[in-house]
Parts: sequence; C-alpha cells; structure tokens
Amino acid sequence: MTGLPKTTRKKLGLVTDLDICVGCHACAVSCKEWNAGGHSAPLTDTNAYGKDPSGVWFNRVHVFETQNEDETRTVNFPRSCLHCEQPACVTVCPTGASYKREEDGIVLVDAEKCIGCKLCSWACPYGAREYDADDGIMKKCTLCIDRIYNENLEESERKPACVIACPAGARHFGDLGDAQSEISRLVERRGGYALMPESGYEPVNRYLPPRPRKDRAGDTGTADHLDAAENAVDSSTFFEWLDKALTR
Amino acid sequence: MDPAYSVILFTSSSGAGYGLIAWLALARLTSLWEISPVAALVSCLVALALISTGLLSSTFHLGHPERAWRAMSQWKTSWLSREGVFAILAYPAALVFTAGWIWPKISPAMMNAAAALTLVLALVTVISTGMINASLKTIPRWHNHWVVPVYVALAAASGGLLFSVVLAVSDAASTVSLVAVLGVLLISWQIKWLYWRFIDKQQPESTTGTATGLGHLGTVTQLEAPHTSENYLLKEMGFQVARKHAIKLRRMAMNIGLILPAILLILASATAGALQLALLVIALAFGLSGVVIERWLFFAEARHAVTLFYGRSL
Repeated sequence: MTGLPKTTRKKLGLVTDLDICVGCHACAVSCKEWNAGGHSAPLTDTNAYGKDPSGVWFNRVHVFETQNEDETRTVNFPRSCLHCEQPACVTVCPTGASYKREEDGIVLVDAEKCIGCKLCSWACPYGAREYDADDGIMKKCTLCIDRIYNENLEESERKPACVIACPAGARHFGDLGDAQSEISRLVERRGGYALMPESGYEPVNRYLPPRPRKDRAGDTGTADHLDAAENAVDSSTFFEWLDKALTR
Repeated sequence: MDPAYSVILFTSSSGAGYGLIAWLALARLTSLWEISPVAALVSCLVALALISTGLLSSTFHLGHPERAWRAMSQWKTSWLSREGVFAILAYPAALVFTAGWIWPKISPAMMNAAAALTLVLALVTVISTGMINASLKTIPRWHNHWVVPVYVALAAASGGLLFSVVLAVSDAASTVSLVAVLGVLLISWQIKWLYWRFIDKQQPESTTGTATGLGHLGTVTQLEAPHTSENYLLKEMGFQVARKHAIKLRRMAMNIGLILPAILLILASATAGALQLALLVIALAFGLSGVVIERWLFFAEARHAVTLFYGRSL
C-alpha cells in the first residue's frame, strides 16, 4: 500500500560529510557494482562504450562552486535517495509498487508491481529514481537492503556499498531515529542538515556542511608560535651578528 | 518536463471526449437543444472513442502496459489511481446513456439518471487528470490552483466545438447555442491566460542553494555535472523550451485555439446547412489543434526541482 506508516521503528539512512568528500566517485561506482548484481539487478546501461553512454545509477556525484565576497569554494556533492519520512514518490504510486517500510523506514519499489508510469520520478525533487527502460520499471537506492541484513557477510561488511567504498570516510550509515546512535550524535555535533527542507518531504539522510575555511595563519592555531619565532629572530642581536658574519 | 506525445494525446483526446459527452448529457437533462437521437447516439460513440483512444494512448508510455490494471488499487493516496477508477466507473454510465438514445428498454428516468451520472463522472475524471499534475509539489508551474480549472475548461471548450458540429448535423445549431459554445471557449482561454500570467509572476522558494543546503556559502553554481551525457533525469525532467519560443507558442495556441474558432463560430451562426457544418468542422479542427499546442507547452514550460541540482532555476 502507498499509505505511509505513521512512524517507523528505525530511520535508517546515510550521512554525507561534504567537508571531506573528495569527489572521487568511488561511492557511485561501488553502488553501481553492487546493485548491478543485487536486489535491483540489472542496472541497465545503454551504449556503455559509445558516444552517448546512459544508464541507471542510484548515486550521482555533483560538483558545485560556491561564491561570496570573501571566498570561492568547490564542494563535491554525492546525491542519492534520502529515504524521506514524507515520500511523495510513494503516495503518488498508482499500483502500490512503491512503499516505505515500517520496520526501518527504507523506501523501496516492488519490481513485480511497478507498471513503469514514471510518476514517482516526477514526484521526487531529489532525482532519486531512475527508470530502467530495458526492464520497464523504476529503480532506486535500496540502502543496500541486501547487504545490511545479509548474514552471509561479515558483520563489518553489513553496510551500504557506498559507505564501505568511501576512501575518505565521508559517508556514514546508521539509525537517524535514535538520538543516542553514533550517527545521530555526529549529525548533532556537526550541524547536519536536510536538503530542500522547505518542500516538506522530511528526508532522513543528512549532509554535514563544509567546515569554515582555514586559509589564514590565525585560523590554524599556529600563528602565535610562528609570530614568537619571528620576533625572537628579529630581536636577537646575536643572530643578527651571526647572519652578517656568515654573509661576509 | 518532457512533452511525451502519448500524454499530450491522452489528455487532449480524453478531455474532448469527456467534454462532448458532458454537453450531450446536459442536452438530455435540460432539453435546451433538439438533437436527433441518431446524431446523439453517433456523438456518444465518438465521445467514447475519443475517451478510449486517450486512455489507451496513456498506457503506451508505460513500461509494463499488461500490468495497467494494478493502477486502480491505490485510490486512497494517488490521483493517477483515482483517475483510473473514475474513468472505469464512467464507462457503464456512459454506455447506458449512449444506448438510451435509441433503445426503448431504457426508460426516460433511467436515461436521465445515466446522463446525470455520466456528467458527474466525466467532470470528476477530468479533475483527476488535472490533479495528477497539480499535486506535484516538485513542479511549481503545475502545483497551483489554475491547473485543474484549465483542464476542465479546455475539455468543456473542445467538447463544445464537437457538440456544435452535432447540432449542425441535427439542424439545431441556433445562434444562441453557438454563442453558448463561443462563451465557453472564451472563458476557457481566459482561464489559460490567467494561468500564464500566474506562472510568469511565480517566485519558487527552492533554489540550488536550498537544494544543496550550501546557500549560506554564497551563490551556488554547478561546476561539474555528475555524468558526461544526458541521463534519465535530464531527458524526462530537464526538457526546457526557451522563453522567447514559449511566448511565440502561447500566441500560436491562442490564435489557433481561440481566435480562429471564435471567428468561424460567429460566421457559422450567420449561415445554415452544409456551409455552416463546414465552418464548424474547421472551427473544431483549429480548436483541438490549439489545445494540443497548449498541452505541449504545459509540459515543455514546466520546470522540475531536480534540475536545481544541475544548476538551473525553477
């Protein structure tokens, strides 16, 4: 049913740290690799080695530039399903193929019921859903449902593929509904935020903002030390004498 | 938004069909017009053909048309599902109403009940079609109070132009009836004009800054796209028509959909017989073409929130 659960027992989701994401696309590639063989397989590619390759991906890494009077910054920005608490993609679905799980809040598509009308992708502002023209159905991030509960994998491997792949440690996975969880505390500490909050979809996933830039000596905490050293040299007649003596 | 031909054909064709059958139902209930039963029967069949063509063409863009029956199930939350339910419910009522024109076994009371039910279900189905678009918060140019009235009014106008042909065939196209159709045509394009004025003044809240949450760092622009060629999102949701073309197309839609049919309706009201019929058929052809252009533009002008992530604005 496309009616939403009043509450979900868990709010599993991802937290992406925009301060340390290096934009390497490892999360996107790893996501593609796992999911091309997992729950939603295959993720069809068309013309993969041709001039205009196109394909289904659940994770896309954008790069933005921000600019104000003082500074210009580059921010790498991975974008995937945010597993919203008010997912319009679910309620617009005419067949009941789209649903939000009561037990963990994950938003999924039932491949057997989807008629491929694409309305859910129109209803999602985050571009989380991509249509597989070969299969004739809509596909989306499953939060690696076939990894996180997979008892055939080592405990440490039971995380979404994107989280495991990230070489910078910019991606975190956990229960954002539990205020005491490690991930919730991280969000609290770093001022994690939701995307497009004005739209009212109440995403579960959070993004951690880039930290203020430290581009002046004073910002790094080493200035006092450097200043002291320079002053020491300047005031020392001994070093001045030595400098002159050696220059001669 | 991508102006898919199946959806344009579906909404304009089924809109005209529901509009025509609504006029016929009104004719039956009010006895304002003297239509020959055979002409009414044929017109009802034409309306049903237009509706069915529309509904069938809407399944052409599905990935799994054979599963289309599933689309009736989620009427509690989905306007697409509601539309399907109302469209199916309208069929029995419309079929009784159609047959009733010549089949004596359908009593006048039953015929009137079927006419009333057909009228209501035609209206509710067109409203649901409009709500599929109007319920999407992601597309500000659709998510407003003008969209449903435009759908209903243009369905009534297309149906009215069809109905005027029916009247001419029945030799019942009086000046008053043609003026009534002209009135509906004028009002419908007035509503459309108000819609255009509304979207031109609209100032959507979401920007690339709010979409990424990076707005506090200044202006946010796309430095590099995530992929080198177009993906599904950009093909489906990134279609954009240039503003100057949109203005031209709006004018074209108004000229073809309103001005020409209006002139032809006025000329028709001063003529009779075959000439009148010919004028009304031409008016109908222009009127429907105008709606198709309008519907194409309705999609092509709409901007989707996901494009904010590609550095565009709503």
